[in-house]
Amino acid sequence: MRLVKVLFFCLLVKPLVLLLLGLNLRGRERLPLSGPAIIAANHNSHLDALVLMSLFPLHLIHKIRPVAAADYFLSNRVLAWLARYCIGIIPIDRSGKAAKAQLFAACHAALDAGDIVILFPEGSRGEPEKFGPLKKGLFYLLEDRPQIPVIPVVMHGLGKALPRGEALLVPFNCDVMVGEMLAPSALCTASLMVDELTRQFKALMTQCLTRSQNFDSDEYL
Amino acid sequence: MQIVNAPHALYAMAASLAVLLVATAIGHWLAKRNVSKDYSELNLRIRSWWWMVLMLFTVLSLGQTPAIVFFGFLSFLALKEFLSIVPIRLTDRRVIFWAYLAIPLQYYWVSQQWYGMFIIFIPVYVFLFLPIRMVLIGDTRGFIRSAGILHWAVMLMVFAISHIAYLLTLPVQNPAAGPFGPVLFLLFMTQLNDVSQYVWGKTFGKRKIIPNVSPNKTWGGFLGGVATITLVSAGCAPWLTPLTAQQGLLAGALIAVSGFFGDVVLSSVKRDLQIKDSGSLIPGHGGILDRLDSLIYSAPLFFHYVYYTAY
Repeated sequence: MRLVKVLFFCLLVKPLVLLLLGLNLRGRERLPLSGPAIIAANHNSHLDALVLMSLFPLHLIHKIRPVAAADYFLSNRVLAWLARYCIGIIPIDRSGKAAKAQLFAACHAALDAGDIVILFPEGSRGEPEKFGPLKKGLFYLLEDRPQIPVIPVVMHGLGKALPRGEALLVPFNCDVMVGEMLAPSALCTASLMVDELTRQFKALMTQCLTRSQNFDSDEYL
Repeated sequence: MQIVNAPHALYAMAASLAVLLVATAIGHWLAKRNVSKDYSELNLRIRSWWWMVLMLFTVLSLGQTPAIVFFGFLSFLALKEFLSIVPIRLTDRRVIFWAYLAIPLQYYWVSQQWYGMFIIFIPVYVFLFLPIRMVLIGDTRGFIRSAGILHWAVMLMVFAISHIAYLLTLPVQNPAAGPFGPVLFLLFMTQLNDVSQYVWGKTFGKRKIIPNVSPNKTWGGFLGGVATITLVSAGCAPWLTPLTAQQGLLAGALIAVSGFFGDVVLSSVKRDLQIKDSGSLIPGHGGILDRLDSLIYSAPLFFHYVYYTAY
């Protein structure tokens, strides 16, 4: 299982990110190299998780686990195999029916095993290159594990390369801006955490090279 | 190994490696002598120069076809970088996909030495086709702006840059220079122009030429650079190209002036978008456009000058 994931990233994802996409990467040294840790990123494309994972060395790749919607990724057998074995997702139930303790059981298990968990606090990919409101799941996930570091990351450009609802990948450069670890004081209440994470996301967004600031109209990406 | 039979091309490569060695030594000496000042940016820039030069020489020594593929790949990186920084609509993605497909075709014409197709493919066929694709998608809001951006992108990043590759395929008229002589000449003169305009500007530059676009560009730097490149290329042209020394004077002036304008045209793009660098592909330099900007203007102009005078 680990071998499948290493081969998938070594032969497919890393070359694809390097040649077809190309990254403007800032703050790489702030990425954690050992778990448990959480990377909280904005979400625009299926490529988000793959690009984030490609930043880690191959010998760590089996420790990097993105949290992903069970209703989507486990919906058919091919996708489920890819999600489980090649990417190693932590499936999460978005239906709202599961109890809180049950909801995060798999995430907690991963964190307790020392994994680096990738989480998208917007909850879904949303409109291409638009920043959606953050949800509070991350706070509840951390409620009894306050010492786990949370590193915010903002990506821009992948919503152009492969937006929601499109199957054709078009090459674009993409920005990956790694921010400062969230201060423990920001994790006291859910709304404080959402505010702090939103503030960091917005600050990181201004550093993006591929985000033109002079065409204000909503239609431009 | 076409390159071994062309001694002048080999000398030119050796000379540029010598220049880099000297630059590296100076960079280290400056950093050691003056600890309080930060020279890491300069040294990073020089190190990237090593990478670029060694990559270019490796590709050229592999032969003509790998070299054409290499320049095609540069076009791809440049087009991707440009389209990543300019504003586009979601509906432009599918048109952009076709714009990328123009690259392998354009470089295929180059490899076949099909001059007629090479010269009209992008200005005529791609120019007419891309709006057709846009119309079929049917998003008319912002149509003109998107069409303009796409045409400009393909002309600059594919058409202009492919002229470097076509230089490789011209029949050899100066056997000592070989097929790569003119390309090496164009690349060295364009990059030397960048460096010498910078150095002259730092030393003697006072009056700004276009302060609204590029506050660092001065008349001193511009004229010093043009004079330097004109003289150097008069000396080098008979060695590396089919041109005579007199024709080399004009070629040098052409490269220096057009290189300057290529630089400031791409600066205007970045200024319009309010960004400093177009990417971060080349450490110390910025994106690939920050390195190819002058070449985008000097390559087609130098090519057509050589093509007109010597062929």
